[in-house]
Amino acid sequence: MQVKEYKPLIVAFCCNWCSYAGADLAGNNRLNYPADVKIIRVPCSCRVNPTFVLRAFQRGADGVILCGCHPGDCHYTSGNYYTRRRMALLFSMLDYLGIERERTRVEWVSAAEGAKFAATMNDFAEKVAALGENKRLEDLRCKK
Amino acid sequence: MQRIGVFVCWCGTNIAGTVDVVAVAEALKKEPGVVFSANYQYMCSQAGQDLIKAAVKEHNLTGIVVCSCSPRMHEATFRKTAAAAGLNPYMVEIANIREQCSWVHKDVPTGTEKAIILGKAAVAKVNLNVPLTPGESPVTKRALVIGGGIAGIQTALDIADAGFEVDIVEKKPTIGGKMAQLDKTFPTLDCAACILTPKMVDVAQNEKIRIFSYSEVTEVKGFVGNFDVTIKKKARYVKEELCTGCGACTEKCPMKKVPNDFNLNMDTKRAIYIPFAQAVPKVATIDADYCNMLKNGKCGVCSKVCAAGAIDYTQKDEFISEKYGAIVVATGFNPISMDKFDEFAYNQSKDVITSLEFERLTNAAGPTAGKLLRPSDGKHPEKIVFVQCVGSRCDACNEKGKEYCSKICCMYTAKHAMLTRDKYPDTDVTVFYIDVRTPGKNFDEFYRRAVEEYGVHYIKGMVGKVIPDGEKLIVQASDLIAGKQLKIDADLVVLAAAIEPDKSARPLATMLTASMDTNDFFTEAHPKLRPVESPTAGVFLSGACQGPKDIPETVAQAGAAASKVIGLLAKDKLTGNPCVAQSNEMMCNGCSTCERVCPYGAITYEDKEFRMPDRSTLIRRVASVNPAVCQGCGCCTVACPSGAMDLKGFASEQIIAEVDAICK
Amino acid sequence: MQKINRNVLVEKAVSLLENGTVCCVLGWKKGEFDYDITPAVFTTKEDIEANFVFDDFCGANFSKYLVQKTRKAEGKILVFLKSCDTYSFNQLLTEHRFDREKVYAVGIPCEGMVDINKIRAISGEGISSVECGEKITVNTIYDEKFEINASDVLLERCESCKSKLHVAYDELIGEEGEVLESNRFDEVAKLEAMTPDERFAFWQSELSKCIRCNACRDVCPACTCEKCVFDNPKSGVENKAPANEFEEKMFHIIRAFHVAGRCTDCGECSRVCPQHIPLHLLNRKFIKDINEFYGDYQAGAEVGSRAPLANYTTGDIEPSEVFDGRGE
Repeated sequence: MQVKEYKPLIVAFCCNWCSYAGADLAGNNRLNYPADVKIIRVPCSCRVNPTFVLRAFQRGADGVILCGCHPGDCHYTSGNYYTRRRMALLFSMLDYLGIERERTRVEWVSAAEGAKFAATMNDFAEKVAALGENKRLEDLRCKK
Repeated sequence: MQRIGVFVCWCGTNIAGTVDVVAVAEALKKEPGVVFSANYQYMCSQAGQDLIKAAVKEHNLTGIVVCSCSPRMHEATFRKTAAAAGLNPYMVEIANIREQCSWVHKDVPTGTEKAIILGKAAVAKVNLNVPLTPGESPVTKRALVIGGGIAGIQTALDIADAGFEVDIVEKKPTIGGKMAQLDKTFPTLDCAACILTPKMVDVAQNEKIRIFSYSEVTEVKGFVGNFDVTIKKKARYVKEELCTGCGACTEKCPMKKVPNDFNLNMDTKRAIYIPFAQAVPKVATIDADYCNMLKNGKCGVCSKVCAAGAIDYTQKDEFISEKYGAIVVATGFNPISMDKFDEFAYNQSKDVITSLEFERLTNAAGPTAGKLLRPSDGKHPEKIVFVQCVGSRCDACNEKGKEYCSKICCMYTAKHAMLTRDKYPDTDVTVFYIDVRTPGKNFDEFYRRAVEEYGVHYIKGMVGKVIPDGEKLIVQASDLIAGKQLKIDADLVVLAAAIEPDKSARPLATMLTASMDTNDFFTEAHPKLRPVESPTAGVFLSGACQGPKDIPETVAQAGAAASKVIGLLAKDKLTGNPCVAQSNEMMCNGCSTCERVCPYGAITYEDKEFRMPDRSTLIRRVASVNPAVCQGCGCCTVACPSGAMDLKGFASEQIIAEVDAICK
Repeated sequence: MQKINRNVLVEKAVSLLENGTVCCVLGWKKGEFDYDITPAVFTTKEDIEANFVFDDFCGANFSKYLVQKTRKAEGKILVFLKSCDTYSFNQLLTEHRFDREKVYAVGIPCEGMVDINKIRAISGEGISSVECGEKITVNTIYDEKFEINASDVLLERCESCKSKLHVAYDELIGEEGEVLESNRFDEVAKLEAMTPDERFAFWQSELSKCIRCNACRDVCPACTCEKCVFDNPKSGVENKAPANEFEEKMFHIIRAFHVAGRCTDCGECSRVCPQHIPLHLLNRKFIKDINEFYGDYQAGAEVGSRAPLANYTTGDIEPSEVFDGRGE
């Protein structure tokens, strides 16, 4: 049997104003990060419903990361503060259920932090890859 | 079912170098809904756009996916292309295969694989896109300025200058604000009244400007372009239209013991008064707390002496409703109360005063006619100590002061010290400071002149205690540079009290749904890029209500706020962002959670009648979003427990479809 | 046993009904079995006198019923509220879920309600009758008789009762209690102290028992949505039955998250779960985290308070700092 090389699948939700622009800047500066990271653009990190995070895991994601403007710099003034509370509680709950902590992350990346974006994604992808496949929040029916 | 066209851009070799664009176009052709796919060197070029337009016509496309550079780059371009081809511009989605794919990945198989997945996500989203139309709302071409200090005056003049009507609401009987109380202004030392009063006259004479003095805003409804405001004109018991401001009444009024707030209660005025000679409007006002006629019906002198017949003891508060397109907040500041600062003996000794009181003591129109005399005994003070940072730059845990720097104190104290030494060279002047902050044009030069030319003693260190001792005040302080404790006596101690936003700001912010920081300063829409706008659309900030400011900064901000207002009022219609939140009334619980998290006050609740399946009617409280106010962050969509709130253009279904496409 | 006699409540209900203050009464009545006490709406004096029950099995929290009942009622509804119920009552008022004017709330004292499963553990299956007196007398079909102290078989939520204080009522029967020192977070802390593998094993085994009967959702006073996300095909989480392990977890995580900051910890979910899943441990985890991260907050303690997830401070803890100091 041929063993397929394990590559983690990472979903990154990026706010339109800071982090998505930060990702663009990483591109402009040709800063590498794994192709396993796929970005979904949302207007603000506060648009990310915990449902989306769980949905990603259900469908086979191995890690989910949210990126938003730095606290205090939200384009909508307060969106990321709500994100911070929601995700702090959600991630704590996932941990409580025994889901690996390194599979979820929130990172604040400004539009000027292309390097931080790339570094964050490299680090996150590495940590997720070290954990291996997500087996604790998977839906077997969604497996390829 | 959508008919989607996929257009893969090479971007020269920018994309095509690491992504097999042909393979991407081929792969995406197989996605549900895709009826056409193509690739081209430069999609954003005229030829590329024409290719898109032709394909829309030929294949009856209902949606477009462009696999190209970042949407931040060309989303607007391709939306216009779609519109030109007769499609709704919001039926376009961009898959970012340049910045987030070809530029960050090195080998072609990886790049191609990822580009296909990103394309699939965009296709999945477009499949659920619906045409969106930006809402339009009319603009009432009139502005309201709340506060008639120099900030409000400058804003009103600038707006009126552009040809728009402006109303100023000022809670005091006259406009002018704090600047009218000042003596000289730093760093040029021109007299405040000489530069302010002509502007006040300009306001009075400008046909476009109406002044509601002795008035307050009591209610604000509506939204950008369409505010409905209720203004309370407090009864001043004088008919404004008849009063000539001759002042006969203010001379004859027998009630002489009314504290004069304009002079910070350092002298008295009559129960009927005009705050100062250059007041605008120059109309008398009766202080109902002191007027004998109003209190017990015994007097009526002012009515007898008024040749114009302007006195009206039966006047009532009057409520005026007016429509505005824009609102400028210019509520200004006040020095903080010194009640909590017992160590400086402010309440124990009349000779411990605040800087604003000192300002009145040196003002020619002040209680001492400009002679610097001690409030306690009217003697010339020979030794004056100025204390900086009283209540400013305090620790967060210190409950009596403010954490922030009040910004203006270093400069006005240098001014006070310099003017004192200039007028009374025999006076010994000492300033205690933590730091001297002089970042402004000609500011540091000014401060150095005070030290070098005028011989003001600057001592780095805080004053710990002021002890009244007979006629003298003993000042205990530390000299941080010499490293010793000082005990010096003074005849007058002047405290540079921190400044704080006016108390009227907080209730006003609630009315306007404008946000404030923990210090009650209004928050700007963006601290760097939108410094004169409130996050609430149509509400603008002018002057110290946004943060401590000196006069030149205030005037600059006032002008900036005015230009933003003019930009708004110049429009006949406002076109909104169509990607706004929308509430499904059938699912809404009416719980108010979304209302609480909305930073713009875009969500309101109303009781709505629903027809039930059994033909009965049910009245339920449901949320409704004002699309003209909503900025589309989507915070409410997650706060909503039932999922009744969704965001157009970024609907939950669409984002989930993207997640699924990526994770497939 | 309960300090307050059923007859006191019956008298109160009848007098309020007869003098026209209320048009109907939300109370308890016997179900199929003695221990199977269910909520009921009474509209006549006769019905109340004959069927109204108040004993150690009256765990049901009526607050949620007010959402639907007040919509249709012509007059006021009389509702009896135990101290824990009053928090749910206030929380629903905060969320504008019913019209306060249409309710006449009577606060009643409670000595803790009992858990039939704990009784079963003593008596075994086959309970034929139960009588609540000084002690609970249990008879089985095998002609066995057990006398059990109510305090030995209390519901988990009553063992760790958080408050005997009534935070809302129009009228209070009996003496007012106070907020209690509760050990209700001990179990959560125990789980937190486990390794992730142990925690996962624990929850995997608990949640796999779920049959998706929706009893927890249907009884929950915070779950009053006009349409539940689990019934909405567009929500992305719709499902009717747990087809696999993921969906069991998904349902319970989302449900707990939806009520986070709004859950008063009334414990109804665990009480009604036919599979005996300790669902309150999910809700309490959120409450414990909220208290630790953002300061103590008790949902429903006052009407109009701002739920922690609809609030923030600029210095809030970062999601990355949540695990700091929690070892591993």
